[in-house]
Amino acid sequence: MNRRLVERLTEAAIATFLWSFRLVIVLVVVLGSFLTIVSGKYDLETWVRLAVTGASLGSVYALIALGYTMVYGILRMINFAHGEIFMGGAFAGYFTAVVLDDAGFLNYSPVTALISVAIMIVVAMAISTLLAVLVERLAYRPLRNTPRLVPLIAAIGASFFLQYTFRGFFGPGIYAYPGIDFLSQQAPIPLLTIRWVELLVIVAAVVMMTVLYLFVMRTRIGTAIRAVSEDKSTAALMGIDVNRSIVTTFAVGAAMAGAAGVLYALMFRQVTFFVGFIPGIKAFTAAVLGGIGNVPGAMLGGLFLGEIESIGPVLFLDGLGVPAPSQLKDVIAFTMLVLVLVFRPSGILGERVTKDRA
Amino acid sequence: MNVDQIVPLAGDDAPPTESIDWRDVIRVGLLGGAVGVYLCLVGIVPVFDTRPLVSGIISLGEAAIVAAIATTGAVAARNAHGTVRSALMTGAVAGLIAGIMLSLLIVASELVNLRGFMLNASPQLVALLTFGMGLAGAWVPIVAGLVLGAAAGAFWLVPVRYRSPIVRGFLSIVILGLFAGLLRAPLLAAGMGQLARLLFASEGLTIFGAVLTFGLVVGGRIVRQRFGFQGRLDALPDARRKQLLAPAVVLVLLIVLAMPLALGPFFAQVIALVALYVLMGLGLNITLGLAGLLDLGFVAFFAVGAYTVGLLTSTAEFGLMQLPFWAAVPFAVIFAMLFGAFLGLPILGIRGDYLAIATLGFGEIIGILARSNLMLPLLGGPRGVINIPKPIDVSATHFLAGPVQIYYIALVFAALIAFIAWRLRGSRLGRAWVAIREDEDVAEAVGINLIQTKLLAYMLGAAFAGLGGAVFAGLVGSIFPSSINLFVSINVAAIVIVGGMGSIPGVVLGALFLIGIPELFREFSDYRFLFYGIALIAMMRFRPEGLLPSGIVKRELHVPENVGPATAVTGDTTPG
Amino acid sequence: MKFVRIGALGLAAMLALSACGQSAASPPADPLGVVTVPAGEAIKVAYWGVLSGADSTLGIDSQRGVEIAIDDREGKLLDHDIQLITEDGLCTPEGGATAAQKLAADTTLVALIGSACSDETQGGIKTLTDAGLTTLSPSNTRPAFTFEDRDATFDGYARTAHSDAFQGKAVAEFLYNEQGLRTAATIHDGSAYAEALQQVFTDEFIALGGEVLLQEAVSKGQTDMKPVLTSVAAANPDVLYFPVFIAEGGYIAAQAKEVAGLEDTLLIGSDGMFSPDFITAAGPAAEGMYLSSPNFSAFQDAYASFLDKHRTKYGEDPLSAFHAHAYDAANIVFDAIEAVAIQNDDGSIHIPKQALRDAIFATSDHQGLTGVLSCSPTGDCGAPLIAVYQVTSRETGGEWPPEAPVWPTE
Repeated sequence: MNRRLVERLTEAAIATFLWSFRLVIVLVVVLGSFLTIVSGKYDLETWVRLAVTGASLGSVYALIALGYTMVYGILRMINFAHGEIFMGGAFAGYFTAVVLDDAGFLNYSPVTALISVAIMIVVAMAISTLLAVLVERLAYRPLRNTPRLVPLIAAIGASFFLQYTFRGFFGPGIYAYPGIDFLSQQAPIPLLTIRWVELLVIVAAVVMMTVLYLFVMRTRIGTAIRAVSEDKSTAALMGIDVNRSIVTTFAVGAAMAGAAGVLYALMFRQVTFFVGFIPGIKAFTAAVLGGIGNVPGAMLGGLFLGEIESIGPVLFLDGLGVPAPSQLKDVIAFTMLVLVLVFRPSGILGERVTKDRA
Repeated sequence: MNVDQIVPLAGDDAPPTESIDWRDVIRVGLLGGAVGVYLCLVGIVPVFDTRPLVSGIISLGEAAIVAAIATTGAVAARNAHGTVRSALMTGAVAGLIAGIMLSLLIVASELVNLRGFMLNASPQLVALLTFGMGLAGAWVPIVAGLVLGAAAGAFWLVPVRYRSPIVRGFLSIVILGLFAGLLRAPLLAAGMGQLARLLFASEGLTIFGAVLTFGLVVGGRIVRQRFGFQGRLDALPDARRKQLLAPAVVLVLLIVLAMPLALGPFFAQVIALVALYVLMGLGLNITLGLAGLLDLGFVAFFAVGAYTVGLLTSTAEFGLMQLPFWAAVPFAVIFAMLFGAFLGLPILGIRGDYLAIATLGFGEIIGILARSNLMLPLLGGPRGVINIPKPIDVSATHFLAGPVQIYYIALVFAALIAFIAWRLRGSRLGRAWVAIREDEDVAEAVGINLIQTKLLAYMLGAAFAGLGGAVFAGLVGSIFPSSINLFVSINVAAIVIVGGMGSIPGVVLGALFLIGIPELFREFSDYRFLFYGIALIAMMRFRPEGLLPSGIVKRELHVPENVGPATAVTGDTTPG
Repeated sequence: MKFVRIGALGLAAMLALSACGQSAASPPADPLGVVTVPAGEAIKVAYWGVLSGADSTLGIDSQRGVEIAIDDREGKLLDHDIQLITEDGLCTPEGGATAAQKLAADTTLVALIGSACSDETQGGIKTLTDAGLTTLSPSNTRPAFTFEDRDATFDGYARTAHSDAFQGKAVAEFLYNEQGLRTAATIHDGSAYAEALQQVFTDEFIALGGEVLLQEAVSKGQTDMKPVLTSVAAANPDVLYFPVFIAEGGYIAAQAKEVAGLEDTLLIGSDGMFSPDFITAAGPAAEGMYLSSPNFSAFQDAYASFLDKHRTKYGEDPLSAFHAHAYDAANIVFDAIEAVAIQNDDGSIHIPKQALRDAIFATSDHQGLTGVLSCSPTGDCGAPLIAVYQVTSRETGGEWPPEAPVWPTE
């Protein structure tokens, strides 16, 4: 009897706690936004600008999130090292940019600038894919049938290894992309203050995500990947080469991340060995937000997260009088992650993976 | 861990064959060369070159390259498992290929400005690889590869009985060479100058010291094998064995207690830190090792404990009151536990990997809050909480002054936690935790209340993390938000995982390796996390249960050697 | 585990052996003890600071300053060689504590130059002071270390670097008096250095009559500065002061150009960003902004020859801003040793530690590279000459450092 009572009480406590948690969050969001908007400190154009930055940042997150979501879908594994794949792409883009800049090609004209960016993206995608395939072969494949914890730890190890390998090769300093004058200018889009670089990032991301979506949905390999994600053994029985599907998944996700690396660096200029760490975590948040294993979900989640990060601190916290709200940007992102994991673990668009318990 | 198990001896029993699989030899050579080039480019070879192993003869960096080439040759010979001739040839060719790759690196560094691209492709590296000859000496690695590879190949043919001790001998030289400088100072201070100078140069072993070490280790192993000590030991009835081991255990205990006093305050500082991480590792051992909850946000509770003690005892700006340390510690533990409940309640329903991310998020949130302007009036923000007095107030010359007292305090607490963990493990609660770790659904079906049980594990882990934070505050005397970072969580998790989950000696070993060693070799701190990464991957690959796992975990996680690398045709068999 | 056993047995052996030790006798009385350097042995000084990791350029730069100071004395002091040992503080309090422990355990150590990061000193100074050692820092700028009311744990601490109390004040004076600006906003990055510096600036600016509209903050590693810059733009200050480090400073400077409302706001940073790496990171957007730094243009003429020696010895220009301060610190220490050392007939010397400490603190009119230096009783030996430089197209074009400060003008 006593035990049942304690259990009931604990459950009640948990339920109350969760509800009050929800309440507090809603209060903060609603009240904060209201107060900020009412204070009139920020005009519409400012909000639009923040939204645009959020969209471009979100596009980058979305591209990286695709890799996470596809690998999780097919292997049920969080590829911690994915952020470093992104970083590798950023570095590869840097060296390509330097070569192109030294040749005078980079800033010759807007057209050459765009072609240069395309070249940088292609090189970055190649390097990232190479890295990802290597990591999969050396660190993940031998661990395919081990308990869940084991590949996760190995992924953390791979993440450290890649980070510090790059640090060893290239040093701890900051590498800055050569400036591309054309991209810093405003794009002549009416009603929208957007620079060319932001427009480029959004367009490039949308194009790549569309291509990926078509790839996953319409091609044979894509179908194979989906099949293996749903049920590995049956797919194998159907004659699908599971290994090849897995490697392709890694490769494609890495290619997206590599491109994301270049786009991110075009926006922020600076590349260091550590640049992949935080975007990696954010992108994983985005993948979970949208629904892990779900490709459109990753895109949506990325966009959503980008906007929250850009607008959130100012919108929610400024009105409440929180000092230095932008310092708490990551708190907002992580809180959202926890919220999603607690209240809707299947994400916005719902999970595509079958729900098996750990 | 048996050295021979790293490179399984699959081929020793096979009959020698004459035909050589050249493709395999080439593959091994290329791989070995790639490793060698990697070691050079990532900076390990040039940076570690500053550390002599045997003073004037060989440095750690040089040893690394030599080891890489030699291993290449040995592996090639092993794969060939043939006659003397084939061993020599395969070893030589593999070594040659590796050497050629290194030579190409030298040529590239000199002719192309590789340094603008990869920082370590410097003249310094070239000089190292060519014994100072520069481009003209580009042939050196080729010849060295040939010779070393052949030698290693021949060495492989030596029977295991002698091969193993010799390898251990070399390893002992490496280890003692690294520790030489540290061992020398206390010997000198203790007046054993003669002995110290005979064995150790100011860094690294003397030649005499190296030869002596090698001889002792090899001789010791051979004698041991001859007289079959290990077999005899195993064959003893349990009671008798315990009788023999008891004095050894007592001796170890005495050493552990006396270490800081004998070895000086620097060592005391290092082992105090190790003891602190052992303390936290034991705490996480309950959460992760017993209950299987991967908590990557350990640092959050560490922060709560540290700041509680800091705020309650500091005599400076942010101190709320000036309590003595011992009065503040219970508060620290309780607050940490409450935080554990607070953070754990919502998230403990989340499964495995997601729990890891959620807890990681918490750790980051607490870290950000600690340094934020928002919490600055309370927590001090970047200014930190300083002037935290040491737990035991003694004069500066008392033997307990400084880190020594922290070491003993941490030891006492660690022993306490170990005791609690040991009792819990055998208890009903402990068995419930193990059940949850193995299969949640079945555990729930058997009637275990998942949330409550998990919450208890989480809270207990949090409590001990808070205790760790409290001791840390006493150790450093100040808390800065920069100390609240993800690496603390990763360190503790790595200790538990690498050391052996669920096992107390495992945690101690893990802490010694992952915390103690890097502290002693701070000039390599740039590469610390590189080795972490390699260690984690290697451990998961070859020994996922950890170095000294508990029996249950070993059965769960250990992949027996007769099962080959996972063939991924079939899917996951069991969840979790 | 075999190796653990070897180690344990080895330790046991050593413990047994150490039981039969003996201590050396020593001469003149001194409350903190005396270091005896036998004939033919070297005088040992230590440099401690951050030598690895992202901030290593700071520590390595200072270490080189010390090494050049030793070279200038041909490696000898009082007919003994000078031996320089180094310890890495890792730029954290724990790292500094461990480094200090290691150094304090060395009874043959005479004096120290360091640390590089203020955090390291925070962690390690008690150990050093308690061991009777004195350390002279070339690059710690945390104001509290040399406050009038600093406590006894800092008795062994002095510095040739300026205190940020001076730098914050200088920036405030430059902006208020020279530029005539009345409203300001600040951004720090959560580091003790930045937070303290912007707070000093805020206090001084308000004392002069100005108004600080907003004190914002970002996190280390943060890349998107648009939200914080939007907040700042909404407050519309005359000037934005962001005394952060290179990475965050680069992002802020570059993105400030992209946020509406900040076009007329003057941008100014401090010595944490005073490096060619910052120009690389910020790109052309850095042009026109200001940076405060030790006034190296006021460095004495000997500085030019120092630079030549540096280039010859290390093949490159100095990596950071405090090499000259380190040079001066080393020389102050060496001069103090020369002053108090007791030379014996057999060639050995005795160095009393309290006397050495007093001598260092009594330094006055020392002709150093960074100026004519005198130490205050609380350890401020630096010549508090702070200048403000402007980044022009010359610097964004690749030349570094700027030729002359815009303030103070001679």
